[in-house]
This record gives sequence, C-alpha cells and structure tokens, in this order.
Amino acid sequence: MVRSNSRVLRVVTSDTVFLNHILEIKNGEDRMFWLATVLALTLSSAGAHGTASSPAQVVNSNKKEKLVEAEPPPFTEGIFPCSQCHNPKVNGKVNPTRRELQFHDEIQSDFHHDSENRWCLDCHDANNRDVLHLTSGAPVPFTESYKLCGQCHGDKYRDWKRGVHGKRIGQWNGEKTYFLCVNCHNPHSPKFKPIKPLPPPIRPSEMNRGKR
Amino acid sequence: MAISFLRGSGRIIAQGNRAYKIWVGALLALIAIGLLSYSFQMRQGLIATNMRDQVSWAFYVGNFTFLVGIAAAAVMLVIPAYVYNWGPIKEVAILGELLAISAIIMCLLFVLVDMGRPDRFLHIVPFLGSPNFPISIMAWDALVLNIYLGVNLAVVIHILYKGFYGKDYNKKFVIPLVLFSIPMAVSIHTVTAFLYSGFAARPYWNTAILAPRFIVSAFCSGPAVLLVLFQVLRKRTGLPIKDEAIQKVAELMAYAMFLNLFLLGAEIFKEYYSHTEHLLYTQYFWSGLGPHTTLVKYAWGGLAASICAFFIFLVPRWRRNMILLNIGCALIYFSVYIEKGMGLVIPGMTPDTLGEIYEYKPTLVEWGVTAGIYGIGFLVFTVLVKLAVPIMEGHFHAISVNPTEPAAELDAGAH
Amino acid sequence: MTTCGNSGGSGPQAMDSGRRDVLKFLAVGATMATGAACDLEGFFRKSFRELSPADVRRMVTGWERKYSRKYGKTVTVSSTGPMEGVKFGYGLDLSRCVGCRRCVYACVEENNQSRKEPQIQWIRVLEMDKAHGIDLNHSDIYYDAPEVPRPGKFYMPVQCQQCDDPPCVKTCPVGATWKEKDGIVVIDYDWCIGCRCCMSACPYGARHFNWAEPTLPAEEMNPKTHVLGNRPRPKGVVEKCTFCIQRTREGLYPACVEICPVGARKFGNLLDPESEIRQAMDTKRVFILKEELATHPSFFYFYAT
Repeated sequence: MVRSNSRVLRVVTSDTVFLNHILEIKNGEDRMFWLATVLALTLSSAGAHGTASSPAQVVNSNKKEKLVEAEPPPFTEGIFPCSQCHNPKVNGKVNPTRRELQFHDEIQSDFHHDSENRWCLDCHDANNRDVLHLTSGAPVPFTESYKLCGQCHGDKYRDWKRGVHGKRIGQWNGEKTYFLCVNCHNPHSPKFKPIKPLPPPIRPSEMNRGKR
Repeated sequence: MAISFLRGSGRIIAQGNRAYKIWVGALLALIAIGLLSYSFQMRQGLIATNMRDQVSWAFYVGNFTFLVGIAAAAVMLVIPAYVYNWGPIKEVAILGELLAISAIIMCLLFVLVDMGRPDRFLHIVPFLGSPNFPISIMAWDALVLNIYLGVNLAVVIHILYKGFYGKDYNKKFVIPLVLFSIPMAVSIHTVTAFLYSGFAARPYWNTAILAPRFIVSAFCSGPAVLLVLFQVLRKRTGLPIKDEAIQKVAELMAYAMFLNLFLLGAEIFKEYYSHTEHLLYTQYFWSGLGPHTTLVKYAWGGLAASICAFFIFLVPRWRRNMILLNIGCALIYFSVYIEKGMGLVIPGMTPDTLGEIYEYKPTLVEWGVTAGIYGIGFLVFTVLVKLAVPIMEGHFHAISVNPTEPAAELDAGAH
Repeated sequence: MTTCGNSGGSGPQAMDSGRRDVLKFLAVGATMATGAACDLEGFFRKSFRELSPADVRRMVTGWERKYSRKYGKTVTVSSTGPMEGVKFGYGLDLSRCVGCRRCVYACVEENNQSRKEPQIQWIRVLEMDKAHGIDLNHSDIYYDAPEVPRPGKFYMPVQCQQCDDPPCVKTCPVGATWKEKDGIVVIDYDWCIGCRCCMSACPYGARHFNWAEPTLPAEEMNPKTHVLGNRPRPKGVVEKCTFCIQRTREGLYPACVEICPVGARKFGNLLDPESEIRQAMDTKRVFILKEELATHPSFFYFYAT
C-alpha cells in the first residue's frame, strides 16, 4: 500500500510540468475536466511503469493501441544461418581467444563498438552461432537483440521502451510499429553515419518571380 | 439644393490657372502609374513587392503608419480653434480637417494594397464580416480610422454646404462632432501604435513609449504640411491667415520636437545601456549588422534633420524667418517620415524572429503603387482645398456663382 | 465531434438570422448587378466557424469537385473534427537531430506546399554553434554541406508551436485563424484577408504567406486533404503547420515524425500519460522556445542524452 502510494506520488510529481502547463487553460470548467482526466489517466496507468522487456508489454490493454515490432533488417545474403560455416561438429573446438580473423573482413574493418575491449564472441554465442547471448550466458535470438543491447545501454533501453528513444510509425493512437535497435544502428558500428542534407531553402532575395 | 452645390463644386474644381492644371495633370499621371503598378501587383501577387516571409510588412505599412500621424495631427489645430474659440487658428482649422480626410484616405488605400486578398475586405466590416473584436488591434484600427474619416467628412461637408448657402454652420451638429474627433484623433494614432507595441515577438516595437512617440512625432509632421500650405494660400488667395497663427503653430511644434527627441533618447539609452539581445534591431537601424547597412544613412540623416528642425523652430528669431521656417518644415517632415515609416517597420522585422537577416528595399512596383496613392491623396486634398477656400472667403455661394472668379491656386510647393 | 465547423460552439443556432438575411439580400443584389460572373458565394459566404454541418458538407463536395478537376485525380477533402480527450503535443529531441532536412521535404509533399517561386516550407531547420548554445540570432537556415551533422554544430527544426495562447490568433482582425480543441491552430483559407498581422505576431516565424499563386504540380499533389489543413491554398493567404491535421485526426503520425531518420520527433496525446510525448516529458527535461513570451507552446524540445 505504502509502496503504491509513493509510486503514484512520484508519477504525479513528474507530471507537474504538464499540469502547470494545462492549468494555464483559461476556461475554469475545462480546467477541472482536464485535471480530472489527467489525474485519472495518471492513476490508472501508474502500474504500467513496470519492468517489461519489450515495448509491446507496456501497452495498457484498455486502449486500442497496439505495438508491432518492426521487421529486423535482413542479414547479408547467404550469411544466415551462421552454423552453415560455424559448426563445431565440423570445425572442432571453438577458439575463444580474441584475435584477428581471416574471414568477415567487412565486419572487422568497420567494427567500432568498443572495439578495443570487445570482439565477436562477446555477443555471438560460441556454441550456437545462430543466436546471441547475454553476459549471463543465456541465449538470445537475433530477433530479440535489443535485450543484448540493453545490457550495456540501459538508459537507452528504458527510453526505447517508453518510445522516447528510437522511432515509431503508424498510428499515434492505434497500431504502431516500433523500430528495433538494429533497424537504425549497425550493431558492429552503431554510431550514426553523417548523411547528405536535402537542399537549403531558397533565399528571400532569390525568390523574385514577377519582379520588375 | 444639393444638386446646385455639387454642380457649383464641379465648376470650381474644373477651373484654374495653368499651374493648377499642371499640378492636377501631374497628380493624374502619378495615379495612372499607381494603377498600372497595382494591376501588375494584382496579377502577380505580392511577390511583385520585395516583401517576403522574413520582412512581411514594409513600405506600404510604413507609409500607412506615417500618414495616420498626419491625419491625427489635424486635431492640433482643431482643439484650440473650436474648444477655446481661438480666432487666429479657427479660420484655418478646417484645412487641418481636409488634410486629415486626405491622409486617412491614403491610409486606407495603403492597407488595401498591402492586403493579400483585398477582395475579402468585407470580412472586417462589422455585421457583414466577422471582425475580431475586441481582441484584435487591427480590427480596432480599421474601425477607428473609418469612424475618424466619417466624422471629419461630416464636419467638413456640413460647414462647406452651409457656407455655400451663406449660412452659419449648425453648432449643435458641429461642436459635438469636433469634440468627438479630438479623442478619435488621439485614438487612431494610439491604436496604430498599439498594433505594433502589442507584438511581444518584435522587441523593437514592443515598447510602452511607442504610442507617446507616435503622438508626439505626429504633432511634428502634421502641422509641417499645414504651415507650408498656409503660406501658399495666403499668397495666392485672399484667405486671411495671420502670422500669429503660423507662429503659434510653429511654437507648439517646437515643444513637440523636443519631446520627440527626448523620447527617442530615452529609447536609445534603454537599448544601448542594458545591451540585451534586443539591441540588435536598434543596431540594425543605427549602425547596421555586419554587411547589412541599408538603413544606416537614413537613420542618421533623419536624426540630423530632426535636430536642425528643432533648433530652427525653437529660436523665435529663426522661426520668424519664413525661408528658415520652410526649411525646418521640410526637415522635420523628412525626419518623421524616416522615423515612423521605414525606420519603424523594417528594423522591427530585421533580423526576423528566428534571427535571419533579409535586407528589404522596395521594388519599382512598390514605388509605383505608393506614388499612385500619394497622387490620389494629394488630388483629394487639392480638390477639397480648392472648394473650401472660396467658400471660406465667401466668393462662392449659391446666390452668385461667379465663373470668372479667380480660383484658389495650388502648386507643387504645397508639399 | 463530427465536423470542425461545429466544434467552436457556434453552430447554426448561434448564427444571427438578421445578418444572414442581409447577406442573402446583398448576394442576390450583387448577382443581378454583375450577372453572376464571379464567385459571389465565396464573396459573401460566412467564416468557416459559422457554417452549419450541412453547409460544411456542401462546401466540401464543391471543393472536392473543384480540386479533382484541377489536379486530374480524385481529391478528398475531410472535415474531421477534434477527438474527445485528445490534446496534441510534439516533442523534438535536439540531441538526435542531425539537420538532414528530410522532415522539411516530407512536410512539403504531404501538405501540398508551393514548390518554388514562391517556395513555402513550414519547417525551418536552424544550424547553430555548439559553443554558443541556442542563439537564434546567429543561426543559419541556408547551411549546405556534403554531410551533416557538421562538426561543432547542432540543429534545431522550428515549425508552428501550436501555442495555447497564440499571439497570431489574438491579432487576426477577421478571426480567420483559431485554436481547435485538440490544440491545433488552424486557418480558414477562404476567410483570411492576407493582412499578415499574424506573421508579425508569431515569435517562431511559423506562418508563411502565398506571395504568388502557389506552384503545385498535379502529379505531386497529395489528394488526401483536410479543409483546415493541406487542401490547395490560393494566392494571398497565410498558411502554416497543422501537425498534419489530415493525418493526425485520423490517428496517423505527422509526416515529419514518420520520415525522421534518427527518431528525433515524438508525437502524441498530451492527456495520455503513456504517449511518447508524455513519456518524454516525464523522463526528460523539456524546454519550450521563447518561454518568456508566455505563448505556452504544445511543442517541446528536449535532450534525451
């Protein structure tokens, strides 16, 4: 009881900015209605700030909102399943030592993900190359790679679950598709690459149709 | 009765010596240029001007603001004339009202040509449209300008009409209207100032002393027009305008000029001493921002003119010299035109609200349209003065309309 | 809520019948006088907010026919009103934006803005120095570079902030712009007189004027339009961002949110604590642009990192 009260209090406090904002609404009736609405919504959703592992689980079931996972980006053609090549039964024992590989040149040359300290088998599972693994050793399928990312990037992971980090498209109040980490970030080199901007606007002095 | 008044008026307007005909011809030519330019602007849209999203009000609105001042200044002559029944000015006060009428007509035309959709002017008319009362200052401005025009027209037409039939005007009709027009005159300029100073988004305009500055500068520029006109009329017609009246007006102008400089100084001090980021707009006007220095020469030219005019009007010996007085009138007119026209509107929008600097200069089309509107205004004023003078002199009335009577003459020197 | 014409609480019952008679009389008189050559109904029509739902339906049909003919495709004009319990809010993550201007052009295409001469863009992306923070007076919207973000620079897109106390609405002399219940500030393109008071009043440079007849190629015209949003505009009126009213009132995200390649743009219902915008407001520190002017925007900037 005490715990849930303090949670409500916390949520309400964090809503202060917003409440102050809507309190500016001049119409008294409107104000009361809004206040009530916001309080009701806040209270009813206070329990939703749980520890769900994917955004889909955060959704309030009363609403028509529905979160749909974006399709993870496709693998390079012919690369998956990895066990085609990385097969302990064929290749023998896995060498767990960090080293330069004679293959996967493309990935190795563009590996910028704490590359001084980390290498392939920190994320890819040594025994079953078709999955990833958490630091605990628990396997994670490629389609749920965000769990792996979230181990280190806890703040981004939390933001992503709330819809603050990352991108959602579709309907703001209905079916929305949320992008996975790997939809936007290359896991081997996650920093965004600079892109070419679209053209700047025409300057007012150059926009002169019809001038005499 | 009204028909004979109109017919007589028509005859007076049509008559005149060569100078008058050249003057009217020149005005008609200006109006033709204006119509040509405006029809071009109508076809192309306002892109024919150099206004853009960054500077979305400019030359037209600047002229509008200046002319509201000219119109408001008419009261300066009306107040003492009617309220205190002060003789020397009373006989010429009607000229102030004629000036107000012409100026307001020009104001309304400047608003019209600045509108993107002049065809929708009905939308701002009470009962027909949906004027945003009482919150929109622009809606108020449109209303008070039209009422002010109506009041002045009513007074002038009544006095002239009665004079035409050799009767005294009806005091019960004229006095309340004149009394009403005094707060109206103050209010048209105040409301116009509020239109600007109400924009929190534009720090250059968002100052409490904008309305006082507007009123004071109007009391400098408006009478300047009239002083020159008095001299022309005195020379060319028998209108008995006394030196006393001219000197009284000049003296009042000197006080107004001092206040005008003082208020400018107060504004300048506030801007430069506090030195906030709002200083940029003032800097753009007085010293330019980097390579953007279009207005600087006008700023200093206007200030120099204002100071010179102040001293000419301040020293009694100087202002009694008619040549110096006329130079002073021209200087103050120019100065207020800069201050309340481009010097008000353009720095208010440069840099724009997101910090972009677009240096505005009017296009030929804008000059053309502006010339046309001034042509219309001057023509209206000329015609009204041409009518009023003989009626005031008593030469022209219903009983004996003398076609050979030398009509009032005006020449380009009037402005 | 059926049509937005009714949403302001001024339905047909609120209309002054005397005034309607005057209008009718004038319209009839003028029609006889001019031979009905021009658009007299447009000339004498009432402002959008005074139209009855039936009037709105009739006008919508007229517009649909007119636009379909003009652009050679089936154009729909929606008049969907605001949803109950919804107030739109927008969040922009300045720590993410890279200044690529994808949003600018997605907006232009979605909202049928004039392409060039005159060029109208509802979103302006400001490039500023990291060393100086947000300093509008030293910002640049014309930056051009092979790649963005440029070193030492950050980017701040600015569009209509959909203020709760909009200075533009206050100043409009004819009431041609107003705030809807869902927070969107809209313009009646058929009532605007083009005086541009609102452009002087707006602290965000969000309002844009059709300085000439808009250039909108038929093949690029987006046929899914809203009365108060992206339907084609005439010359001489003001327009602005409407949070993509034609999309958001149907539940869709605005076009700029959909296009943003870095996920910097958040949109949703401010009254729903779980919406992305509310989540951002709850967990991040948001700020609003020019808060000293007390316009109370529904547009919030924040830094997620």
